[in-house]
Order: sequence, then C-alpha cells, then structure tokens
Amino acid sequence: MTGSIAVLGMGLAVVGAGIGIGLIGSKAMEAIARQPEAVGDIRSNMILTAALIEGVALIALVLGFIS
Amino acid sequence: MNRLVPAFFALLFFVFAATPAARAQHDGEAPEHGTEAPAGEEFNVGEVALHHIANANAVHIFGDWYLHLPAILYAPGHGWSAFLTSKFDAHHHGNGTKAIDHYVLMHGSILRIKDPSFPYGEVPVSDYAVEEVEKDGKKRDVYYAIVDGKRYELDKKTTWDAGILGGGVTSFYDFSISKNVFTLFLTLLLLFFLFRRAVKTAEANSGKAPSGVQSLLEPLIEFVRDEVAIPSIGKDKYEPYLPFLLSLFFFILGLNLIGQFPIMGNVTGNLSFTLVLALITALYYNLKGNKHYWEHIFWMPNVPTPLRLLILTPVEALGILIKPFTLMLRLFANITAGHLVIVSFVGLIFIFGKSGASLGGSVVGIIVSLILTMVMMIIEVLVAFVQAYVFTLLAASYFGMATEEAHH
Repeated sequence: MTGSIAVLGMGLAVVGAGIGIGLIGSKAMEAIARQPEAVGDIRSNMILTAALIEGVALIALVLGFIS
Repeated sequence: MNRLVPAFFALLFFVFAATPAARAQHDGEAPEHGTEAPAGEEFNVGEVALHHIANANAVHIFGDWYLHLPAILYAPGHGWSAFLTSKFDAHHHGNGTKAIDHYVLMHGSILRIKDPSFPYGEVPVSDYAVEEVEKDGKKRDVYYAIVDGKRYELDKKTTWDAGILGGGVTSFYDFSISKNVFTLFLTLLLLFFLFRRAVKTAEANSGKAPSGVQSLLEPLIEFVRDEVAIPSIGKDKYEPYLPFLLSLFFFILGLNLIGQFPIMGNVTGNLSFTLVLALITALYYNLKGNKHYWEHIFWMPNVPTPLRLLILTPVEALGILIKPFTLMLRLFANITAGHLVIVSFVGLIFIFGKSGASLGGSVVGIIVSLILTMVMMIIEVLVAFVQAYVFTLLAASYFGMATEEAHH
C-alpha cells in the first residue's frame, strides 16, 4: 500500500460535506412540501447554504492537493 | 450581422493558419514518442487529464493541425521575443522541432532552455525527455530537450504562486495570447455581439413581445435582477450593483459553456482567472462597505470586550480573506472536477483497450465511456449554470452585507 494520507483527509472532507448538503436538501424538500408557494426563496437559500458548506470542503480538498 | 460571427471565426482560423498536415514529412527524423510512457508501463489517466485541461500556447485541433497563437515572452538578460507558435514547427503531442532563442514548445507549452551557452536563433531539436527527480522529499518532473544527442534542462514559465502549485520565479515570463486568453477574447466578442443584437431588437420591439436573441437573454437578466440582486441587496439599493452582477453572471456562464467544447480553453477552471474575478469582487464590496459593515467586523456591538478580542474580531477579519478565497476555489474546483471526470471517462477507452493492444477492450471501452461521458456532459452543463448563479448570488449577498444599514 502506497499513497498519501492527505487523500484520507480529502475523503473525510467529502463525507462531511455530503452529510451537510444532504441535510440541507432533505430539509429544503420538506419545507417545499409544506409551503409550495415559498419554493423560490427556499431554493435560493438552499443553494447559498450548500455553497457555503461546499466552500469548506473545497478548502480541505485543495489543502489535500498541496500537501 | 447574421453572417459576421461565422465570418469572424473563419477569418481567425486563416489568420493563424493551421499547420498543413504535409509538414509531417519533415526532413530529418520525425520526433519519436519520447515523452510518452514506454511500452509495458500503465496508461496514467490522471496525468493525461491534467494535461488536457491545462492552458497551452497553441490550440491543438487534431493530428498535426494547430491553431497557432502569438507567443510574447520576456527573459531577463535577453529581452522580449514575439512570434507565432507556428515557428516551432510542431508535430503531434504539441512538441516543436525547433528551439527559437532558447524557447521550445513541449506538449503545447513553451519552455526555456536553461543552459546560457546554448546558441540563440533557430536550432533544430530532435526530441524531448521527462525525468522524475526527488527533491526535498517531493517528486518533481524535470523536462529536457535533446539537441545533437545532448540533453538540455528546461525551465517552466514564471508563476506567482510561490511554488505552492509547482511554479515559482524562473528564467522567463510568459505574456502570450495562450489558449485561455484566446478563448477569453472569443467569449467576450461573442457576448458583445449577442447583447448588441438583443439591445437592438429590444429597442425595435419596445411595447411588443420580445423576439430573437432578446427572448433568450431577457429572462436571464430578469432572473439575475429578481432572484439574485433584489433579495440579497434590497429593493432600493440594488441598482448600482446590477451591471456588475450581470457582467459576472454572463461572463462566467459564457466561459463555462464555451469551455465544454473540445479545442476551446478551460478558462473558469484556471485558478489565476478565478482569483482575479474573486479579487475584483472582494475589492468592490469592501470599498463599498459602510460603517455598519466594518463595525460588525472589527468591533461587534453588544458583545463583551474579551469575547470580541478573542473570537469575533479575529474570525471576522479572517472572513475578509476567506470570502474571496472560497469564491475563487468554488468556481475553479467545480469546473476542474467536471472536466477531469470527463477526460478520465475518455481515458477508459485506453485502459480497457490496453493502449490499443486489445481491440475488443477498446470497443467495450468506447461504449462504456460514451454513455458515461454523455451523462456527465448533462451534469456539466447544469454545473455551468449553477456555478455562474452561485458566484453571482454570493457576490450579491456580500454586497448586501457591505451596504446593510443598522437595524437595532
């Protein structure tokens, strides 16, 4: 077995971001089901929050690449 | 006007004159596959994929055909050199057969021969070589040009990343109109003509239903205004920022979409480009920041002073840097990841076919990679829109933060 342990860190970051974005998605779907008329607001907030989580995961990925 | 755009493409094509295929029968020996993996070694998808999404000095179309772009180079001690990359007389793999004033073309990128005793002017180069060298515990590829049986070490162009991504200050600077710059100009012209047309039809159609390009662009403009600018910045303050947000959105969207085409450069998947976009955005909203914004960063109201000094101020001050940093990385990483996946899927053909040794494997590889690539392309087009939207949305919300008025 050869390779860099940074790859494990990248994997962990992806797991964390996956859980986070999954939660956002499920809650947003629930919210849209409850209040279909607010779909526009919910969608843009969902994407904004997902983008914030993604940002943290991407920082971890880039640090993994660099190390 | 309808015929202008294709005519412009055709003109560009002929101005930069693709090298005729006939030059393959060059006098002397044609360069061998010097930089390819020797037979028996495994096909390295990662390396090939990284090479294919990278910037280049000449646009490789297919076979021995290139779209030659101007190279503008500066080497301290020698001065400026400017010529078309057709001067390198490149064959397959983007390897030039000539060295011009120390510069050589290898894998489509311009490198420079380090040795100061090497003669200036045109010198025929027979082959190139790569060697993996271990330095400070890190593996690094060193490139060589072979001239008259002698190996000359090559220098990469100067980059300003302080060596983090394998660059640093070297013996020359590259200001060329590279593949990415060319794609950038092309997108700008395309957007200019599209919007000019839309404006003209909008003027002619005032009071009537939209038609033509106008019906394509108007919903997008209204989307950016109604879904991005107004909710994030506010109804009375959004107007001065709308032109900037619209420019950001259409510029990123245009580059994302044009990057999906083969041959075209992958501009939004280039870290330097997204860095500049993020920096301009950060500069703009920080300059527009009001007292309320800066107060919330450096001296959060109604919070105990030790808490301010220990946690809030350092974190918020770091946030000034982290915001543009994530803007830069998000766009870069999403586009790069998509392109890498597509090239890796195409690489399946060579893995299944064992680099052409097994025909049956190649056929299976082609079928598998065709299906996977098609599905991936659909996701890529979606990502192109989503990333343009997210970048604009985040920029708008940062403008909103910077211009928010006190409300407590």
